[in-house]
Amino acid sequence: MKLPKWVGPLDTLHQFEKFLEELGDLSRFTTRFFRELFKPRPEVEEFVRQCFWVGYKSLPLVGITAFIMGLVLTIQSRPTLVEFGAESLLPNMVAVSLVREISPVITALICAGKIGSGMGAELGSMRVTEQIDAMEVSGTNPFKYLVVTRVLATTLMLPILSSLSNAISIFGGYLGVNIRGSVSWHLYWTQVFDSLSFGDIVPSLIKTFFFGFAIGLIGCYKGYNTSRGTEGVGRSANSAVVIASLLVFILDLIAVQLTDILGFT
Amino acid sequence: MPTSANLTVLEINGLYKSFGDNHVLKDFSVSLTRGENLAVLGKSGSGKSVLIKCIIGLIVPDAGSIKVFGNEVHELGQDELDQMRARIGFLFQSNALYDSMTVEENLLFPLRRHWITEEQANPDDAVQEALNDVGLLHTRYMMPSELSGGMRKRIALARTLILKPEIILYDEPTTGLDPITSREISDLIVKVQRKYNTASMIISHDMSCIHAVANRIVMLIEGRCYANDTYNNLLKSADEKIRDFFLETV
Repeated sequence: MKLPKWVGPLDTLHQFEKFLEELGDLSRFTTRFFRELFKPRPEVEEFVRQCFWVGYKSLPLVGITAFIMGLVLTIQSRPTLVEFGAESLLPNMVAVSLVREISPVITALICAGKIGSGMGAELGSMRVTEQIDAMEVSGTNPFKYLVVTRVLATTLMLPILSSLSNAISIFGGYLGVNIRGSVSWHLYWTQVFDSLSFGDIVPSLIKTFFFGFAIGLIGCYKGYNTSRGTEGVGRSANSAVVIASLLVFILDLIAVQLTDILGFT
Repeated sequence: MPTSANLTVLEINGLYKSFGDNHVLKDFSVSLTRGENLAVLGKSGSGKSVLIKCIIGLIVPDAGSIKVFGNEVHELGQDELDQMRARIGFLFQSNALYDSMTVEENLLFPLRRHWITEEQANPDDAVQEALNDVGLLHTRYMMPSELSGGMRKRIALARTLILKPEIILYDEPTTGLDPITSREISDLIVKVQRKYNTASMIISHDMSCIHAVANRIVMLIEGRCYANDTYNNLLKSADEKIRDFFLETV
């Protein structure tokens, strides 16, 4: 039986070669980001505008998701804890799992979907309609104006969104606890703060900076290097989401290993 | 900076550019003097757009020399290149208006950049004058998506004019426009040249536009400057390739 063309070893080799090429391009793009970042005349106005779009405009979506996440996690965890006679530890368990892992990762994934795809599509569309070239010929550095501001905005806004997501999801947890049981507001929050330590909050906050950087960088990289017209714009937006989401999980895995090695667990 | 009326502002010598096996420009040479409208005529895919992108520094040629105001473009540092670009206007075929900005913001964008900000005494007046030049003062607060094709082209030209360029490069200025609007754009090109004494390079295959605006025509065939003459002389040419081209396009 003749095998389909796409499973041939030569094709696999070609795919691997393309992957390495892409990795090289991404490395050059990242290096250029850091080079442009420290050049004089920062694009402050555009950076503030991007912070508004990335941070403020994502807040409703992140907030609603965080609230549902906290509520659902509490409702789902209760039966297991009841079975072990540890129902009173529900606020502690919810707080630790949300702050350490669930909330930062879910916030990052939402941002990868919303912001990553938005940047990929916006910059991609600007590329194919020659708007980026127009910026360049008018004496503006489009990389600094479009890429540096966006990557910086996601890097700084994601920790803020994640912190707010932590608070909202824990509040969701409070409502979840009180659906079947009765825990006072004061007791709930006392238990939450008692269960959280420096080792829970700081590593979780630090990794969100990296999540934000990865999401912004991949979104901009895909959009900035778009080719092949409108089809390319769709492809850029799509691959920005897929790669950024994958990177979030890879970075999370590295962060967990690092916190473990450094003794924060 | 050119002062004399017939001073050469752009000089291209032996330009080569290939994309893989596709040799787009092969030993292309041409010059442009102040106040002159030069049309570059060629079939689709003949390398006309590549040529002007090489001039503005968006594409690096494989070999050859491009001198703008006496400076070799591809030897300039980024700051010098930016300063040179501020003296050259570029009208894109797709207009390339920033679609997330209003017309006013589009026009202000080149002015807000670095050193220009300090030189420009009153950006509002500059916007008003540029919009006035293209007869679209009323569109100042509109979004590009609210404008027709011809209006977008004029706004793109206004954005080009706002920096008072000494050279304007037009990439297919009438493509996709109806004959009446094309005629209006051609008239506008002539008006701009007369008012500001700019040197213009017009890339096109629209013969009516070229006839209306060009002082001189360069024919780009197989990557070379095949002919370099006035419209009337080329029309009367006995050369088969030139005649074929004119017969196909007129």
